[in-house]
Amino acid sequence: MSGKRKIITFWRVIRTGAINFIRNISLAIAAMAIMVVTLTIVLFSLIINSTFSHTINQITSKIDISVYLNDNVNKAATNKLVAQIKALPNVASVDYLSKAQVLKQYEQQNASNLQLIEAVSETNNPLPATIIIKPVNLNDLNSIKNFLDKPSIVKLESAPTSYSGQEKQAIDRITHATNVLREIGFVAVIIFAVVSVLIIFNTIQMAIFNRRDEIHIMRLLGAGTGYIRGPFIVESIIYGMLAALISILIVNSAFQASSNALQASSLGLLDINYAKNFFYNDFLNLLTAQVGLGIVIGAVSSLIATRRYLKFKTR
Amino acid sequence: MILLDRVSKTYSKGGKPSLDRISLHVEPKEFVILVGQSGAGKTTLMRLLTREEKQTSGKIIVGGIDYDKLKDKEIPLLRRKIGVVFQDFKLLPNKSVFENVAFALEMVGSSNNEIKNTIPKVLDIVNLVGKEGSMPMELSGGERQRVAIARAIVRQPKILIADEPTGNLDPKHAWDVIKILEKINRFGTTVLLTTHNQDIVNKLKRRVVTVKEGKIVSDRAHAGYKI
Repeated sequence: MSGKRKIITFWRVIRTGAINFIRNISLAIAAMAIMVVTLTIVLFSLIINSTFSHTINQITSKIDISVYLNDNVNKAATNKLVAQIKALPNVASVDYLSKAQVLKQYEQQNASNLQLIEAVSETNNPLPATIIIKPVNLNDLNSIKNFLDKPSIVKLESAPTSYSGQEKQAIDRITHATNVLREIGFVAVIIFAVVSVLIIFNTIQMAIFNRRDEIHIMRLLGAGTGYIRGPFIVESIIYGMLAALISILIVNSAFQASSNALQASSLGLLDINYAKNFFYNDFLNLLTAQVGLGIVIGAVSSLIATRRYLKFKTR
Repeated sequence: MILLDRVSKTYSKGGKPSLDRISLHVEPKEFVILVGQSGAGKTTLMRLLTREEKQTSGKIIVGGIDYDKLKDKEIPLLRRKIGVVFQDFKLLPNKSVFENVAFALEMVGSSNNEIKNTIPKVLDIVNLVGKEGSMPMELSGGERQRVAIARAIVRQPKILIADEPTGNLDPKHAWDVIKILEKINRFGTTVLLTTHNQDIVNKLKRRVVTVKEGKIVSDRAHAGYKI
């Protein structure tokens, strides 16, 4: 086929796909409705998962390890210890609070409780200087703990670190729980996505099954594979594109409605404001991803679905 | 133009052959009528010629193309050389009369001008001028079959295969269709027609090949036909 004919054919395929979309509009609406529902669920699950993990991050970011120093540890030794901790692989940041700073913090935290404040004072300060360690990975706190448990370090401590005994158990439990929650969220998104893809694939397959006679006729007339398949792919891409756009619009209007009803409120672990920001800040990315997903699923499904009706008999 | 050499077709392994070592030679510009009762193997023969089915054994050569050497991707090219008319019309339901006929040209990349110029002429041959915009659903059986013929001849194939084209039509419309086939044959197209309409066969006075139980039992020029 010459170049000019190829261009003519290309445009014909697109035109035919668009015309078929309009002529089969009832089938198209049915197929798109299913795609809209599944794509909306995927989008929602993605937003919920992201919000969820944001909440989890907020919880886990509060977890740190405090090292309480003996009053007799001098400045040089403190600096050396801070430097050693900073050099550890799993350490994000290290803060040193002197006895005075710890006292100040204590006073601020307990401002409403005069009795507690009176119990301590500048001259009689029982609170130890503290090194606060923020870990990178909560799952690997033991690497820090092992260092802090060395006899040479323990010598400098006035009390066991905040990551020991019952507190250690509590932290480990939170870490474990958040890990599980994150995994559940991730798996849920994957499952929704996979199920959606399957449902959409099936929908398109049904739509094409309804028109297998057309494919058969075109085949008998001697139409080439691409010329028969092309319009179906174009049609399915239109399905996918429109369904993705509609699903984005649905999520958008859901947020619009929720902003009035649930202004600045949180539903337990779900921070609506965060979800909203996530949706609007990443709007273009989500839109592109969603439309891209719709187009790819549409194209691939119709490609596979038309295959069986295009085969020639070999026996 | 069409050469079949000891062609057999068996659908299920070890089953009775639908076609049993059939040999047939059709010259260019010939008009051949294939007759026989239902199940005799006429349709199987047609399906072999359009390569809808593959022969189990034997040799088929049509228009110089040896079917044994035909690759899958060359099958569409073969079908474009043969015009086919089916008993059940096989029109594309979502396309108008014009679009159905145009499809045969569009799929080979003909220009829009070419299509606009050719289709009125072909619709004139089959007496369908004025029906361009109608959808198949709105047409009578005879009209639908004429659309199918227009589609089959629009690319001026050397061979036209018509498998029971009058099977679903009343006698008057059947004759319209047969007359068009004769007209096309006069233009120089080889026509292979299957029918079991005795009346048509007797009036046409053309070469008649009779198939019975998968075998050719008679092959006579200008023959009549009795069931």
